[in-house]
Amino acid sequence: MSERLREKLNILADAAKYDVSCSSSGGNRKNDNKGLGNSHASGICHTYTEDGRCVSLLKILLTNHCIFDCAYCVSRKSNDITRAAFTVEEVVELTMNFYRRNYIEGLFLSSGIFKNADFTMERLLRVVKKLRLEERFNGYIHLKTIPGASEELIREAGMYADRMSINLEMPTESGLKLLAPEKTHQQVTQPLGFIKNQIVQFKEERKLIKSTPKFVSAGQSTQMVIGATPETDKEIMQTAALFYKDFSLKRVYYSGYIPISYDNRLPMIGSQPPLIRENRLYQTDWLMRFYGFHVNELLNDANPHLDIDIDPKLSWALRNLQHFPVDINVAAYKVILRIPGIGVTSAKKIVQARKFGKLRIDQLKKIGVAYNRAKYFIKCADSPYQLKDYQGSQIKSFIQAESQSKYLKYDTSQLILF
Amino acid sequence: MQNYVFDGSFEGLLSAVFNWFERKPGQVKLQTEAAFQPDAFMPCLHIVNEREKADRVWKGLQANLSKATLRKFYCTYLSELEEGYTALFEFACYLFTEGAAIENNYGNPYVLALSKIAKKVEREKHRMEAFIRFQHNADGIYYCGIDPDFNVLPLIATHFKNRYADQQWIIYDLKRDYGLFYDLSTVEEINIDFNQRQKTTGIANAIVSEKEGLYAVLWKDYFKSTNIQARKNTKLHVQHVPKRYWKYLTEKQFEPD
Repeated sequence: MSERLREKLNILADAAKYDVSCSSSGGNRKNDNKGLGNSHASGICHTYTEDGRCVSLLKILLTNHCIFDCAYCVSRKSNDITRAAFTVEEVVELTMNFYRRNYIEGLFLSSGIFKNADFTMERLLRVVKKLRLEERFNGYIHLKTIPGASEELIREAGMYADRMSINLEMPTESGLKLLAPEKTHQQVTQPLGFIKNQIVQFKEERKLIKSTPKFVSAGQSTQMVIGATPETDKEIMQTAALFYKDFSLKRVYYSGYIPISYDNRLPMIGSQPPLIRENRLYQTDWLMRFYGFHVNELLNDANPHLDIDIDPKLSWALRNLQHFPVDINVAAYKVILRIPGIGVTSAKKIVQARKFGKLRIDQLKKIGVAYNRAKYFIKCADSPYQLKDYQGSQIKSFIQAESQSKYLKYDTSQLILF
Repeated sequence: MQNYVFDGSFEGLLSAVFNWFERKPGQVKLQTEAAFQPDAFMPCLHIVNEREKADRVWKGLQANLSKATLRKFYCTYLSELEEGYTALFEFACYLFTEGAAIENNYGNPYVLALSKIAKKVEREKHRMEAFIRFQHNADGIYYCGIDPDFNVLPLIATHFKNRYADQQWIIYDLKRDYGLFYDLSTVEEINIDFNQRQKTTGIANAIVSEKEGLYAVLWKDYFKSTNIQARKNTKLHVQHVPKRYWKYLTEKQFEPD
């Protein structure tokens, strides 16, 4: 009995690992029914895989049987792999027992599609209902919305889940058409739009009637596969920006494609996943969400791709030297945020600390500013007097000479052939 | 310059601050009895713990500091670091001399030290919330033994009480030899006499419940199958899960071949 359970867990955890979302944050469910668990705004990562990604949720598929045949997916119909399916009880028991031992923050439940969308969605719904109502479980639950499921089922699931998500899969419609002819972006935007409207509606009702239940309190997210199709970084980030705006998404995840198929529409098995590119996309995402950058400032027709050798904030600064140097002691918080080498925490500390007197270089270093990087873009109380105006390319080479890039070993610059 | 020596308790630390304001001795070096080395050329004052004086200083801190800074103050104390005690002492003297406005003056070394040490302690607290692995014992209690760098039990009690409201649990600090026991209504401080039992971080305990082995194995399996080999990055892994915590982690226990 337990051997079969082990086998199922191995198969269905393995198949779910390509889903990037690991967040257990943003929920706020109190344990006020003397049951098990709660979830905080901040979330907790309980461990990290050997590839360095965090594990905070029991991330599994209900089944890897699937009626679809999407080229990029391990569970695709035509793939010759062992299939398995959990029962509702098995998922509930695993979640409860892992949670009781403090292994996890909650459950991330996705599924291949067996029979049809509603049949699958109904199973997912039974799992969350059992957890919440019978087991009095208040931990985090992230539920995958099954595209094409009926609105009644999605609506009911939203009453019990903290977060719902549905993957865009490919950043552009044409990319998706190429690899998953049966799918369209419209199948994704429809439920995203529905859930967003429900969230707004429930919030309005809660203002009037306190007892209105929460609906998907941690919001929605989505995911795009990067590097399987030839989109530019500009196209990817513009899609992301659009989805943040139209569907008030909490997160967009970018997943560097890991070759799992011999299909000749896709990168070969064994080729390196685009890890640096993925990292640069996340940095850009952060700049949009927390640093007040508009996507067009970072990526536009003149710069459709992010630099591999420097981060996008430095890259923007070097292209826009007219905004620098910034005087740390007088500039507005928003302006300080745009200086390479200064993050949100140090920017806040600077604004607090300068009330007590002009800040000097040594103080900036102690506050946590990456001074070797920032020094080309700032003025402070004891900045050395500088006659020469450097070019962007000079500054770039100074910074690169001083910093040990962790990516140096992957240096991929093209050799000159002719 | 003068030596102030206190017993390492919170009350002692606050009493030292009171003493400084009573005597105004100028520059002072604060040390615990454990770390103190007598110095022939420096006068030395042994701080006597006085509840009333300590209370007055604590009230003064509460009145002058925001909640966030007050928590930093307490966290820095829990670090049990000598430089932490010095920072607290100097910070308190600076605060009562200059007034409440200084609490965010990160240009001052002690304000900054408080913020940095508190951050280390908060990180340890967060790690304990993440890395504790309960083991279900035959007596029905979920148990875990830990030996954190800093004294974080007081900081994690509420988290575990709120989260595991329907199960009995014990978290035991093996290094400082005290623990927390939750009996389904309140959390109490306990001391275990380990003469009878093996001192353990919870893993490989002899008195586990029947199903414990199964869930430990399932968790290890899960940990393995969720890894993506093509993305292997051991450096990042160890950075997130420092090796000194591996002994707590069920997923890091391997059966001898």
